[in-house]
Amino acid sequence: MDKVMRMSSERGVVIFTKSSCCLCYAVQILFRDLRVQPTIYEIDTDPDCCEIEKALLRIGCSTAVPAVFVGGKLVGSTNEVMSLHLSGSLIPLIKPYQSLLY
Amino acid sequence: MNSTSTHFVPARRVNIYEPLHQFGMWGETFKSNIGNGNLNTPSHIIIQNSQLDNNLSEDTSHGTPLVFDQETSTSRHPDKIKRRLAQNREAAKKSRLRKKAYVQQLETSRLKLIQLEQELDRARQQGFYVGNGIDTSTTTSLGFSENMNPGIVAFEMEYGHWIEEQNKQICELRTVLQGHVGDVELRLLVEIAMKHYFDLFRMKSAAAKEDVFFIMSGMWRTSAERFFLWIGGFRPSDLIKVLLPHFDVMTDQQILDVCNLRQSCQQAEDALSQGMEKLQHTLADCIAGGRLGEGNYVPQVNSAMERAEASVSFVNQADHLRHETLQQMHRILTTRQAARGLLALGEYFQRLRALSSSWATRHREPA
Repeated sequence: MDKVMRMSSERGVVIFTKSSCCLCYAVQILFRDLRVQPTIYEIDTDPDCCEIEKALLRIGCSTAVPAVFVGGKLVGSTNEVMSLHLSGSLIPLIKPYQSLLY
Repeated sequence: MNSTSTHFVPARRVNIYEPLHQFGMWGETFKSNIGNGNLNTPSHIIIQNSQLDNNLSEDTSHGTPLVFDQETSTSRHPDKIKRRLAQNREAAKKSRLRKKAYVQQLETSRLKLIQLEQELDRARQQGFYVGNGIDTSTTTSLGFSENMNPGIVAFEMEYGHWIEEQNKQICELRTVLQGHVGDVELRLLVEIAMKHYFDLFRMKSAAAKEDVFFIMSGMWRTSAERFFLWIGGFRPSDLIKVLLPHFDVMTDQQILDVCNLRQSCQQAEDALSQGMEKLQHTLADCIAGGRLGEGNYVPQVNSAMERAEASVSFVNQADHLRHETLQQMHRILTTRQAARGLLALGEYFQRLRALSSSWATRHREPA
């Protein structure tokens, strides 16, 4: 879906969330701890919420939210993010977007 | 552990002390046999319509002899009569054997029932839970969960078996590591042990769908294990802490990898913890909202239910973390190190369970 494509291809880390989803919140906390400022799109405040959800699932996200994109490419949902991080592969992926502060 | 079926005895005592009607029927059968034939026997015997006393321990082996009136006997068809007598004896014998078997069955059922009732009483005293922390080799542990959800009941029994299997595996690992064993055999044991943990995560996932609060509460575990509970299980970072002292020689790369794993594990844990806290806050807000004086009416009940459902994904995510931590340790370590690590982990939980038992029985020891 065009909207999803456009939003996800923004520079840096993009996360599609829902305001009521606490796992999404957990993923945001993780990126914050890794000194990354992700762009957050809360799809439940968007009128096209259902369409976006379907599109995310179609692209290959195991659960529609949280959907994490890094540098325009789909990384996946919570499972994929956690697996990547524990295997040490997440940090190299987000290195270009890590803040030098704190 | 008892391999009991999942049909549980209701709370009231089942009364099996009533006299059995069946034995009256036996007496009737004999009476009708006599009424039919003209029988020729010398003996003068009495039917005993045996009324069972409350002990049900009457010896039935010496049977119920029959009464024949000698005056009505006839000598017209002796062979037929002899055959009829033999058949009767056979039937009587079979009947006696059936009765004996039935009584024995009743005896064992009665003993089992008494045992079950005792366990139930004990469980009630302990606050209606019998966790699987009690040493299953010396006691029959029946896990009665508070809600009697069949999925949860099944999970508790499966978990009991899982613990038994775990103890066996730990024993084997210990024996094997004390001797000299090849890498191939060791690798197999490591694979089996890893798979065993993964089986547990699968079981928990299914049980969480049935009742996530039950899994989260850790009621299926022993008290000391519950002390360290984190989202329905052990902390992945604790795993690394437990294993680390047992690796004497590690390469630089290994040390680096373990350090990185420990850090990323901690970060993932923190993120999940904070997510979980948020979930609890929002659920509490849901329940606390609404107008004053509405009693136990849950405002926004659908929203509250949704939040409770969301806990399931947290349990799954926490188990996923445990799964990945185990996988990564397996990747970083050599086979021998992994075997030692798994033994250390298994023994750690065994000690927690043993502590729970000691703690539970500490007041019963004489001063």
